[in-house]
Amino acid sequence: MTTQRTSGRRKQAMAAAAVVAALLTTAACGGGDGEKGGSKNGAAGFDAANNKVAQASLAKKGGTLKFAGAQDADSWDTTRGYYGFMWNFARYYSRQLVTNKTEPGKTGAELTPDLATGLAKISDDGKTYTYTLRDGITWEDGQPITSKDIKYGIERVWAQDVLSGGPTYLRDVLDPEGEYPGPYKDKSKDKLGLKAIETPDDKTIVFKLPKANSDFEEMLALISASPVRQDKDTKSKYALRPFSSGPYKFHSYNPGKDLTLVRNTEWKQSSDPIRKAYPDKITIKFFSNANDMDARLIAGDYDLDINQTGMSPQGRTSALKQHKENLDNPVSGYIRYAALAQNVKPFDNIHCRKAVLYGADHVSLQTARGGPVAGGEIGTNMLPPSVPGAEGQKYDPYEMAGANKKGNVAKAKEELKACGKPNGFKTTIAVRNNKPVEVATAESLQASLKKVGIDVEIDQYDGAQNSSVIGSPSNVKKKGYGIIIMGWGPDFPSVQGYGWPLWHSKAILESANNNYALIKDKTIDGLFDQYVNTLDEAGKTKIATEINHKVMEGAYYLPFVFERFLNWRSDRLANVYTTDAYSGQYDFVNLGLKSTK
Amino acid sequence: MTAGPGRPPGPAVRGGPLAVLAYLMRRLFAAAVMLVVIIMVVFSIFFLIPKWAGVDVALSFVGKQADPAAVEAVRVKLGLGDPVYVQVWEFFKGIFAGRTYAAGGDVTHCSAPCFGYSFRSEQAIWPVLTDRFPVTLGLALGAAVLWLIFGLAAGVLSALKRGSLWDRGAMIVALAGVSLPIYFTGLLSLAIFSYGLGWLDAQYVPLEDSFTGWIGGMILPWVTLAFLYAAMYARITRATMLEILGEDYIRTARAKGLREPVVIRKHAMRSTMTPILTMLGMDLGALIGGAILTETTFSLPGLGQAVLHAIKNQDLPIILGVTLITSLAVLIANLVVDVLYAVIDPRVRLS
Repeated sequence: MTTQRTSGRRKQAMAAAAVVAALLTTAACGGGDGEKGGSKNGAAGFDAANNKVAQASLAKKGGTLKFAGAQDADSWDTTRGYYGFMWNFARYYSRQLVTNKTEPGKTGAELTPDLATGLAKISDDGKTYTYTLRDGITWEDGQPITSKDIKYGIERVWAQDVLSGGPTYLRDVLDPEGEYPGPYKDKSKDKLGLKAIETPDDKTIVFKLPKANSDFEEMLALISASPVRQDKDTKSKYALRPFSSGPYKFHSYNPGKDLTLVRNTEWKQSSDPIRKAYPDKITIKFFSNANDMDARLIAGDYDLDINQTGMSPQGRTSALKQHKENLDNPVSGYIRYAALAQNVKPFDNIHCRKAVLYGADHVSLQTARGGPVAGGEIGTNMLPPSVPGAEGQKYDPYEMAGANKKGNVAKAKEELKACGKPNGFKTTIAVRNNKPVEVATAESLQASLKKVGIDVEIDQYDGAQNSSVIGSPSNVKKKGYGIIIMGWGPDFPSVQGYGWPLWHSKAILESANNNYALIKDKTIDGLFDQYVNTLDEAGKTKIATEINHKVMEGAYYLPFVFERFLNWRSDRLANVYTTDAYSGQYDFVNLGLKSTK
Repeated sequence: MTAGPGRPPGPAVRGGPLAVLAYLMRRLFAAAVMLVVIIMVVFSIFFLIPKWAGVDVALSFVGKQADPAAVEAVRVKLGLGDPVYVQVWEFFKGIFAGRTYAAGGDVTHCSAPCFGYSFRSEQAIWPVLTDRFPVTLGLALGAAVLWLIFGLAAGVLSALKRGSLWDRGAMIVALAGVSLPIYFTGLLSLAIFSYGLGWLDAQYVPLEDSFTGWIGGMILPWVTLAFLYAAMYARITRATMLEILGEDYIRTARAKGLREPVVIRKHAMRSTMTPILTMLGMDLGALIGGAILTETTFSLPGLGQAVLHAIKNQDLPIILGVTLITSLAVLIANLVVDVLYAVIDPRVRLS
């Protein structure tokens, strides 16, 4: 292994990067100069697919849909994947009882039956969910998908020792005491020993919850609730070749290099009300150079970025200048923020926390994130705009996007006085060293807090270790990490799917903790309890709003932005739209091509 | 282990073929001992030092949700709770006899040579290495051919025409080559020849899929990498050549009436080649372990790219595997160089 003889040449590199950026900007105009403004051959126009469908009627059957990516999935095993794009992509080769609607924007976040004939029949106490399966649903070898396959697929979530990595909501709700050992240690003959799920026949599946949870059906729409057939379960190796229940199946997969899906000929369109299955083949090629990847997207060699986290700064600049009609600028569903750790003094005092919220220059933080287009609108509260109950910038208790957007030194000093630290204090910001944008926000915060007398040191820690560095409250205390910079997106669009791990006292863990602020607020816990017992949507929405208000009133968080991305779609793409189900990503499963060549 | 660039040529070989064989055996044995030492050092770096530093190795094998059950399973699979000598023994045994990882009802067999198993991508390390090795080898060898041809030619010509316009021009280009980093020249060449002029697609195609496609994908990486090294080789060749041209035996050769090309080829070049060969051995050995920057810039799926991904994802077994392969490559390259000394340098043979 070598890094070749080029180390220690940072300055040259900076100059070089500037020249290359300039060159790329001019060189990249070569591709994609089809007709503009939503014509048949050209791109649909700027933001044409943001929360609406672009060029739906132009999608043809056939062709190869080409994804490019800078990062492979954490795992393609339906039980183990946790990356947003993996869940989105997994709908090509997996089906669930219910799934998100294949429609743009907010409607996309709603649920619709998939393998089931309808949404759940829920008992009055909210504890029993019953589904009946459709006819004609098959595996890739033609065998029918049964209720037992679904039960087995869900049981795999219990085998965390073998299949770690994925969300565990289903386990936590169906078996809160952790009584079931998982299918690999299951002593029953058919390995279907989980008591909370019953399969009276091959077409019926009944879930019996020990305690009601009004988001339970959202959890069944997660990819981790996909069916897995017992005789095809290769355990930890399943990620390399999942057995398909959807319209496409694995053809080849080389981790970190490429992946190809081909049509699953046993899948029947008549059994699937959701998926259109336009292309014949779907490929992903992984790049190690994000700039090279963006240049090739712009040149038309690939159709879209599988990772869906926005273009690199270089590609963004050139695309915005030359090919704006190929870009969408959706809200990502993520909030970027700083959490104020209550176990680090003086952040145990609400006034010291408020001093930070008032002292911060929110415009500068937004600029550090990439500005209003590439970074997002100034964040004013902690509920992402895609989650029901969110009010966006309308709820701005600290006037972060209003009067105080450049920071309010006077108010911050007032709070410092109330906190008993009129001359300010010292603290440390913990920030991941592998995220330059996060480091930029830390520097911005450092500069603005200096003006109010808060002296901040920045500690860049190894980003890959975050679960043990900032995820360990005792380490946070030891290192004096008063301010922790992070970001979070919803696992499913609800206040529970977003906020429970961040704000509930039970979410505080000794390692891999995400409740960095260490919020132990009985009112917030109580509101969550109320939420899971409320079955009507209006009532749930109201509680979500209330939880968000309580979190903001506690001044535990300094939100930076309601994040936005700039995502690329090629001229060839048709039936393309962003969906709130996957945090503003394009809905992969129904993408089509205008030409099959 | 090796004759470094500043050291006099390798050890003397006396006598006939038997002595050469004995010399080779000795060198091979030394290399094998070295390899064992390297494996132990690398193992300690990855498994023992974190333990002493209080970092839980098992944690870094598990994904985003560090479920305690998953961490415990990795601990069992890797035998992290066993005494150190058992862990080292298991690791060695894996290389020669294969290894089985079992926990929680999941059994994974890693057949010999087992250089570890990645619980991130669920792959044994050895197939990953053998899959990616040809890409890196192709890159290193292709680039070496280019840099040797151009570097040596430019260096020799510059030395012969010292002070001429050619000499100065070549040395300025060489200086640029040495100073410009790969991620500059690489991106620049992509911007010009691939995105701009569209002459080359510059995307990697495996050799077995298409020969022309492979060449098309490798030209820019070869040229970029060779540019860096050719520059260094040109400067070294020029300096060495100039020194040698001033030696007495060259004057003698000229005085006895030998034609200039013969003097250069037969007398001067031979001596010039000795330090060049030493450098080549080191450079090739190191490059075969993965040309990280070149492979990353051109998205070549070689060892360098694999190790960079692994570092980003904290995939320890892959980092460990590539480190071992690199050490092995450097060892072998040095062994070959030591043997080649005997061929090139008559002093080694005669003494």
